Amino acid sequence: MSNGKGAAVRCSGLKKSYGSVVAVDGLDLEVRTGECFGLLGPNGAGKTTTVEILEGLLEPDAGDLEVLGMRWGEDDRALRQRLGVQLQETELAEKLSVEETLELFRSFYQQGPTPEEVMRIVGLEEKRRAWVSKLSGGQQQRLAIACALVCKPELLFLDEPTTGLDPQSRRQLWDLVHDFKTKGGTVVLTTHYMEEAHRLCDRVAVVDHGRIIALGSPSELIAALGAEHVVEISVEKDDHAIDTWLREVTGVQDVRRERDGIFLTVSEVHRTIPALMSTLKDRNVELSNLTTHHATLEDVFVSLTGRHLRDD
Amino acid sequence: MTSFSHPLLQLTRARLLEFVREPEALFWVFVFPVLMALGLGIAFRNRPAESLAVAVQDGYGAEALASSLDSFPNIRANVLDVEEARNQLRTGKVALVLIPGDSITYVFDPTRSESQLAKRIVDDAVQRSGGRADPVRVGEQYLTEPGSRYIDFLIPGLLGLNLMGSGMWGIGFNIVQARRKKLLKRLLATPMRKSQYLLSYVLSRFVFMVVEVAALVGFGWLVFDVRVHGSLVDLLIVSIVGALAFAGLGMLTASRAKTLEGVSGIMNLVMMPMWIFSGVFFSYSRFPEAFQPFIKLLPLTSLLDALRSIMTDGAPLSANFGQLLAIAAWGLLSFGIALKIFRWN
Repeated sequence: MSNGKGAAVRCSGLKKSYGSVVAVDGLDLEVRTGECFGLLGPNGAGKTTTVEILEGLLEPDAGDLEVLGMRWGEDDRALRQRLGVQLQETELAEKLSVEETLELFRSFYQQGPTPEEVMRIVGLEEKRRAWVSKLSGGQQQRLAIACALVCKPELLFLDEPTTGLDPQSRRQLWDLVHDFKTKGGTVVLTTHYMEEAHRLCDRVAVVDHGRIIALGSPSELIAALGAEHVVEISVEKDDHAIDTWLREVTGVQDVRRERDGIFLTVSEVHRTIPALMSTLKDRNVELSNLTTHHATLEDVFVSLTGRHLRDD
Repeated sequence: MTSFSHPLLQLTRARLLEFVREPEALFWVFVFPVLMALGLGIAFRNRPAESLAVAVQDGYGAEALASSLDSFPNIRANVLDVEEARNQLRTGKVALVLIPGDSITYVFDPTRSESQLAKRIVDDAVQRSGGRADPVRVGEQYLTEPGSRYIDFLIPGLLGLNLMGSGMWGIGFNIVQARRKKLLKRLLATPMRKSQYLLSYVLSRFVFMVVEVAALVGFGWLVFDVRVHGSLVDLLIVSIVGALAFAGLGMLTASRAKTLEGVSGIMNLVMMPMWIFSGVFFSYSRFPEAFQPFIKLLPLTSLLDALRSIMTDGAPLSANFGQLLAIAAWGLLSFGIALKIFRWN
């Protein structure tokens, strides 16, 4: 798997259980220097546990792990000097200002940009004197990332950085991550937003039940579906027998049902739609809805597991 | 490292800023003890002895007897009919009833100490107005000096209580809050030294301790004329050691707790015995002999003994060496255990 450039993270056979619950179940991965690597999976898939093991916050029950060529337990403080970490759901001290928070975090590191510079990077200069409790969700998340950037990290860990944010804040954060990567930084990111993984990640590992079930660039993963489009229809007087003859329609690779809709995975929309229409007409079935979209990582996950990334 | 200050300084600064931006915390640490001193100081202030109320039963010579008793400054005598006189005696409004006549009869309850006292005072007055001459001349001298009043006992008590309370609550709550918000975990992901994090709490406590002591001692001095008879430096040293001990205990109680409710429970459990037994509001010598070894073990007991010995008795620091050692031992032991068992995740 190695491309010779050296891996930022390399681990194999990683295992971690909480009592009888297995969170990480023999996970192998390699993150290349300079890439943005995504762990995509539903809540409870073991993404956070994996990342916290990589960050040296949790000890794995088994497995071999190397981060930036070092191992946890050897010289942890030296390793931490080189890592930027944003944890899921960390709340910073409410009654410290943006600037005070960054000054505190900066004091732990030997090198890195000034709090001033980091505030400019994340666009919080105008909020420098505002207490953390007075910031919006998006601003708090940008501050969390600023705290991870004060050490000029070689490797940045982001655990669900945009969960709960509005679309605009989400896009601002994506820009931040993109800039960091452009300057040569390596990113490990977890998310359950397929769009986020698609936009930011060079490679994505799809994680389910503590294991990696697919790995590749977002477009490779989608291509592996064998069909690049999804046609969603609903019909009047629905009847599960329909599924059988829908499979026969030209270009339909797969048929699945969810939330009152029928999802057809197809390779060529322009051939399938006319064929579909005439079949429906022949069978006297009335359409009540039809939409199409490009296949996404969500469709990849559904086709691999039969479940959705988010259960909403 | 150059232009950015030391992590311990930054951590301590963060503690101080967080604290002064918390109005409730400021109230409990600085205002509440002063209000408590004010309230208790007023309630238990020393009053001039009240004059003694007695009744003279209506009858021949009653008026004359009452007015002659009334001429003594410490006796108030009223003429009442039989029924009313007995009634007031029974309910304690008067301590003694006199029945006038050729011989005067004192009616009182011998099991009530104030009635016994009233009988002596009234008898003395009756005999003197009857013409008794005292063969020996006597004089009186009064002793109500600062140092012997309740407020003099109370101020060092509240000082110790406050050092305990603000150390335990201030540190314990903040740590558990940081753990609950996963801020501790976030700090663990930095190269920060864990001992410096805990040490920053101790340092910030020292800063506030000086203000706390100054506020309460200053208040006592200005409002109630409570003096520090020993040296102020000695008082400060004892307070520092006390603050250290309770900072350690606060850290220990907060070292594992995950919720604010959890830590509150543990803190109350730890502090309650000291509230009651250590002699904050009254001397612990009132408790039975069997309790004393246990009471003397409590860190607040040692602290209060040392504070009172310096403030009230004006004793030197060397006289309190044992107490200081006991308090410091509590602090170091609990700090050490806390560092070992502390839960960061």
